[in-house]
Amino acid sequence: MSFNLLVGVCLAYVAALFLVAFFAERRAQAGKIGWLRSPIVYTLSLSIYCTAWTFYGAVGYAARSGLEFLVIYLGPTLVMVGWWWIVRKLVRIGKTQRITSIADLISSRYGKSNLLGVIVTVLAVVGTTPYIALQLQSVTLSFAVFAGDWRASGRQASAWQPVDLNATALWIAAGLALFTVLFGTRNLDANERHHGVVSAIAVEAVVKLVALVGLGVFVVWGVASGPADILARIDASPIADWQPDASRWVSLTFLSAVAFLCLPRMFQVMVVENADERHVATASWAFPLYLFLMSLFVVPIAVVGLGMMPAGANPDLFVLTIPLATDQDGLAMLSFLGGFSSATSMVIVAAIALSTMVSNHIVMPLWLSFATKGATVSGDVRQVVLIARRCSIAAVLLLGYAYYRISGGGTALAAIGLISFAGVAQVLPAMIGGIFWRGATRIGAAAGLLTGFAVWGYTLFLPSFGGSFLLTEAVLEHGLFGIGWLRPQALFGIEGMDPVVHAVMWSMVLNTLAFCLGSLFSFPGPLERLQGAQFVNVYEFGASARGWRGGMAEAEDLLVMAQRILGADQAQALFQRAATGQGKSGYLPDPSPDFLEMLERELSGSVGAATAHAMIAQIVGGASVSVEDLMAVADEAAQIMEYSSRLEAQSAELGRTARQLQEANEKLTELSIQKDAFLSQISHELRTPMTSIRAFSEILRDGGPVPEEDVEKFAGIIHDEAVRLTRLLDDLLDLSVLENGQVILNEQAGNLNELLDHALAATHAARQERPMRIIRDEHAEDLLIYTDTDRLSQVFINLISNAQKYCDAEDPELRIQVRQRGPRVDIVFADNGSGIPEKSQTLIFEKFSRLSDQAAAGGAGLGLAICREIMANLGGEIIYLPGQGGAAFRVTLPLARPKAAAAQ
Amino acid sequence: MKEPQKSVFVARETYRQRRTMDAARLLPLFGILALLLPLFWSETVTAERGTSRGIVYLFSVWIVLILCAAYLSRRLRSVLRKDESDGDAGGGG
Amino acid sequence: MGKHILVIEDEPNIIEAIRFILSRDGWRVDTHSNGEDAVEVVKRTLPDVLVLDVMLPNKSGYDILKELREAEDTRALPILMLTARGQTKDREMAERYGASQFMTKPFSNAEVLENLRQLVGADT
Repeated sequence: MSFNLLVGVCLAYVAALFLVAFFAERRAQAGKIGWLRSPIVYTLSLSIYCTAWTFYGAVGYAARSGLEFLVIYLGPTLVMVGWWWIVRKLVRIGKTQRITSIADLISSRYGKSNLLGVIVTVLAVVGTTPYIALQLQSVTLSFAVFAGDWRASGRQASAWQPVDLNATALWIAAGLALFTVLFGTRNLDANERHHGVVSAIAVEAVVKLVALVGLGVFVVWGVASGPADILARIDASPIADWQPDASRWVSLTFLSAVAFLCLPRMFQVMVVENADERHVATASWAFPLYLFLMSLFVVPIAVVGLGMMPAGANPDLFVLTIPLATDQDGLAMLSFLGGFSSATSMVIVAAIALSTMVSNHIVMPLWLSFATKGATVSGDVRQVVLIARRCSIAAVLLLGYAYYRISGGGTALAAIGLISFAGVAQVLPAMIGGIFWRGATRIGAAAGLLTGFAVWGYTLFLPSFGGSFLLTEAVLEHGLFGIGWLRPQALFGIEGMDPVVHAVMWSMVLNTLAFCLGSLFSFPGPLERLQGAQFVNVYEFGASARGWRGGMAEAEDLLVMAQRILGADQAQALFQRAATGQGKSGYLPDPSPDFLEMLERELSGSVGAATAHAMIAQIVGGASVSVEDLMAVADEAAQIMEYSSRLEAQSAELGRTARQLQEANEKLTELSIQKDAFLSQISHELRTPMTSIRAFSEILRDGGPVPEEDVEKFAGIIHDEAVRLTRLLDDLLDLSVLENGQVILNEQAGNLNELLDHALAATHAARQERPMRIIRDEHAEDLLIYTDTDRLSQVFINLISNAQKYCDAEDPELRIQVRQRGPRVDIVFADNGSGIPEKSQTLIFEKFSRLSDQAAAGGAGLGLAICREIMANLGGEIIYLPGQGGAAFRVTLPLARPKAAAAQ
Repeated sequence: MKEPQKSVFVARETYRQRRTMDAARLLPLFGILALLLPLFWSETVTAERGTSRGIVYLFSVWIVLILCAAYLSRRLRSVLRKDESDGDAGGGG
Repeated sequence: MGKHILVIEDEPNIIEAIRFILSRDGWRVDTHSNGEDAVEVVKRTLPDVLVLDVMLPNKSGYDILKELREAEDTRALPILMLTARGQTKDREMAERYGASQFMTKPFSNAEVLENLRQLVGADT
């Protein structure tokens, strides 16, 4: 295959990419976004993670250290699979805050601090430059493979002179710069996506996947005879024994995961170019699948290459040399294009990302401070920004080329990649802390970044030059100033560690430590706190937190400035929309805080948060937001909280009322049931005597044959039942009066002894057919009491007659005991019968409660109920006294009723 | 601070959705554990050589992770759509 | 020989009245005044007709009625329920549990006789 053919194909491929980008831009301009914004394109654009380093280098890595190359893919897989944690949040923040780069993210989060923007930008440039050099190196190497007569010598050729290689690298760098400038700086607003670039990258992603999978299939089924054979070859190869080195396995997985999040180019495609959050959901599995396919054939290719190529052949180039060695020129060409794609897509996106950062965080602030009267001066800022970006792109590529020339392309590809990863990983604490921890401050972030950057530079980046750049070999060997524990690759005396693991561990630990301590011991400014809250709680808030006090700016000045950044048409449309929104006509809305906030957000999409903030601040004048303003916002939130808690209290109150109503309702229902039962009882008690009266009076009236003695008896029954009815009605009325507390007490002094005498006489206790023995203590009874003596007698009579009726003893007796207890007196009536069963003891005071058949009693079962009511009215009580060997009741009452109680 | 505003009990559909989110959060942790496992392999457990055994194991874990992520992302798409429309409403003002 | 009637009622005066009226009419009257063993008494004596009060000591007339209706030999026994409570609820309960007749106290002697005759007549 001629070298010219290769160059021709290569140029044709580049031309095709230009066309793809061109047509994509055309489509986008025509408004036909369609597939340009599909999740597949998003996923494929993420594939710029797989650079030439992974395309060529992974095979070399595998040939050198077995399966360890996989960590480079497993880290990003974990990040994407765990998208719900971080990637989703980053994308959401990127959208709501119109983030333009990772430097902008950090700067915006920590109060739109440009210092942080500069630090991250410098870090990114330093970390990315070697990587760009690496891409240039890989492309030139691959050219060299084709150019050289390697088949003759059996190794990488030297037919091309190094000068020619360098020239190739320069040409490639120039071509990439041209492409990037053409398609990467068409518009300023980062949120207007680079459709052309993204489409070209997507095509390149497919090419490199097809190339690697194609070569893999050829190796497995063309060179070897299927998967089983490949596994057997692996077992027979020098890399058969794989025992993972724990520290490298863990730290490199971590490093690749972190790099995936922090690499400026990854942030560019993942967050800035993201068109739709749902694309992240698709990419969460599709991108790991892409990585899976990219790495599936790496080990087979490495093993076959190790077996096929002469010892000493560069395993980084197996991807090219295997098809060439087997005369598969087409496949070789495809592989070459795959590698070429990997390199170019990475360089293009990295250049765009870096140029955005450099222009927004370094060039623009400088320009703002040099342009004496600031942003209001005439002159198109857009042009300044665009030129700054284009120059930045050229400069970045030039830097990469310079690094390539300085480093001489000698280092193994993988080593450069890891150094670069470790560099950009220093952004991690500030980034993760920024989106999850409101307490993270600008001071902390700066401290962490600078510390991490310094440690990385000292322990990994500078030593990678092997003592030829800044750090001398003496320092490497004996430590800075000859201090042993400052040796770059054995910091604090920890020796024998893998240099990368050593550097990653120390830089991340010290970085995080500085970040946390700095944050804990500093106090954030108002804007910082505002931004912190918006970042951390991005799902709760919209984008509408107030950062400005209105009223001090001239809307016209703002329009002049906006026109120069956004372009006249777009700026005027924006202002008109805002004016209409405020109910005004024309192009000049009131500079309200909301409007300023919106305008700043629009501008920050073009020039970054810090610059946009600074520009508006120049016009509005002075501090944008004060602690008082923040407090006002907080007050508003607190008022809302209070209102909602008031609502909550109200609803709790309603619940309580409902419960009380329910209780009242239950009580009423119960009362109603009691009333029904009571009426039913009354009915029964009235109807029973009436039944006898009616039945016997009908017998007498109807004049049938009735024996003489029966007539007399029946008349007697009628009389008795009539008396019983009357008594019942009397009792009922009495009870009703007592229960309602309407009774008029006729209080007078009386001797308890006399009252008992009277009661016993009234019940004729001694003259019954079954005489009852009464046991009394006359001496104790000699007590003067002041109460309604008639009512008290009524209670005594009731209790004595109950004892007469119910005492079932052979030889009935009633013991009456009187005992004075302070101001009160107890009178116990105890008979020697069988008493009242325990379960009934609480019932006997209820109305109509009769324990046995009532005929014997002849009462309606109201007696004890009346007694209880009387005693309550007299300020005393009556209870059943269990355990006295028979039925026993204790009456308690005050010796003299207090007047107050009487009044009640 | 905002906890009291959220209701403690939610409808079945919302409940399922939240548990799906939990699963999405847990998946990477599962992945980390699975990928750390080879560190504890001892050389002599199987007759197979380390590399071929590692290939089979790691790629199996990988494909399982991909399938789980695919399933979860399908379930969670509806949540995202809702979120985004909220975000638009907030950002547009 | 007249029909055999059993009166289960706890008020002695009412028993007295019913006994007098029915005896004079040629009935053979038995009485019982406790609810607790009423079911056994009925099953033992198996009268032609039963007069049953609702409010009885120890056991409700309805419970007795229910048990009688569940038993084989008293299922078809004509039963006249008497109640002094006189609420529609009582009438409904009596009907539900299968009383043949229901009367509210106080009753007319002639009516009681009439109803009892009907119940026995319907039975024979």
